[in-house]
Amino acid sequence: MTTETHSSTEHGMSNAGYVKIALILAAITALEVATYYVDFGPLFMPALMIMMVVKFVVVVSYFMHLKFDNKLFTWVFYAGLFLAIGVYAAALATFHFFS
Amino acid sequence: MWFTLAEHAVVTTEEHDTEHGDHHTSTGLSNNKLGMWLFLGSECLLFGGLISTYMLYRGRVGEGPRPSQIFDIPFTSVSSFVLLMSSLTMVLAVSAAHKGDDRNTNLWITITALLGATFVGGQVYEFTAFYNEGLGFSTSLFSSSFYVLTGFHGVHVTVGIIMLMSIVGIMKRSKTPGSKAETVEMIGLYWHFVDVVWIIIFTLIYLVPA
Repeated sequence: MTTETHSSTEHGMSNAGYVKIALILAAITALEVATYYVDFGPLFMPALMIMMVVKFVVVVSYFMHLKFDNKLFTWVFYAGLFLAIGVYAAALATFHFFS
Repeated sequence: MWFTLAEHAVVTTEEHDTEHGDHHTSTGLSNNKLGMWLFLGSECLLFGGLISTYMLYRGRVGEGPRPSQIFDIPFTSVSSFVLLMSSLTMVLAVSAAHKGDDRNTNLWITITALLGATFVGGQVYEFTAFYNEGLGFSTSLFSSSFYVLTGFHGVHVTVGIIMLMSIVGIMKRSKTPGSKAETVEMIGLYWHFVDVVWIIIFTLIYLVPA
């Protein structure tokens, strides 16, 4: 195993892999912006939310290396994230935000 | 045979630790890294509160301008793209740091800081334009929650730029190549987090109509 291969598997991906991920993220961003100008009808909100979540997960998994790192880091981060989502969804529901 | 295998495992672990930094902790993981992930988890609660407040008040415009009247989507899209690309340059800096390539690490970190500065410059321009169009900090609940949310994010980016420039200075004084790899990785985690927060802000605040 070469040093570079070892380094790639230990700390994430190769540089070319990171560039590919960035291009995918840029393409999704372009699609997001397109939803502002093109009428997607009832698909507008679900499409926008899915693209936002995909971008978030891709950056956290690949650029922040959570996919390749110890699972404890994943638990620590997503625990904070889901706690925040739960707390503020409840708070917004109290103010009838979703109705 | 089992003894030999166990001995081999210990030797392999020791070699691994020597290569990637010793982690003599109860978890076997870097305390710095665990601390950074805990901090980022807590930051989700901070930004969650600010985003929720904005979502609640975005329709409360009073006599001031509405979001759709002032938001410049093409301009903010370019800013978002710039911040997204800074995440790429940051991950390339971390990759170079782990290879002990200080020259490329410094190069990618400097480019990341410049892209971050471009984003913050864009935000200052945007705030100035909004103010000139009649959207002051206390004009309405919408304006207050918008400025607090995006302003807090801008401060985070600025702190990130200061950290990036500081590590460039520290690495230039360091005599051992790759010795600051973990520090670069920690700053990288912070920078990527600032980027993912903007991914949410850009979608929920700018693209979803109020």
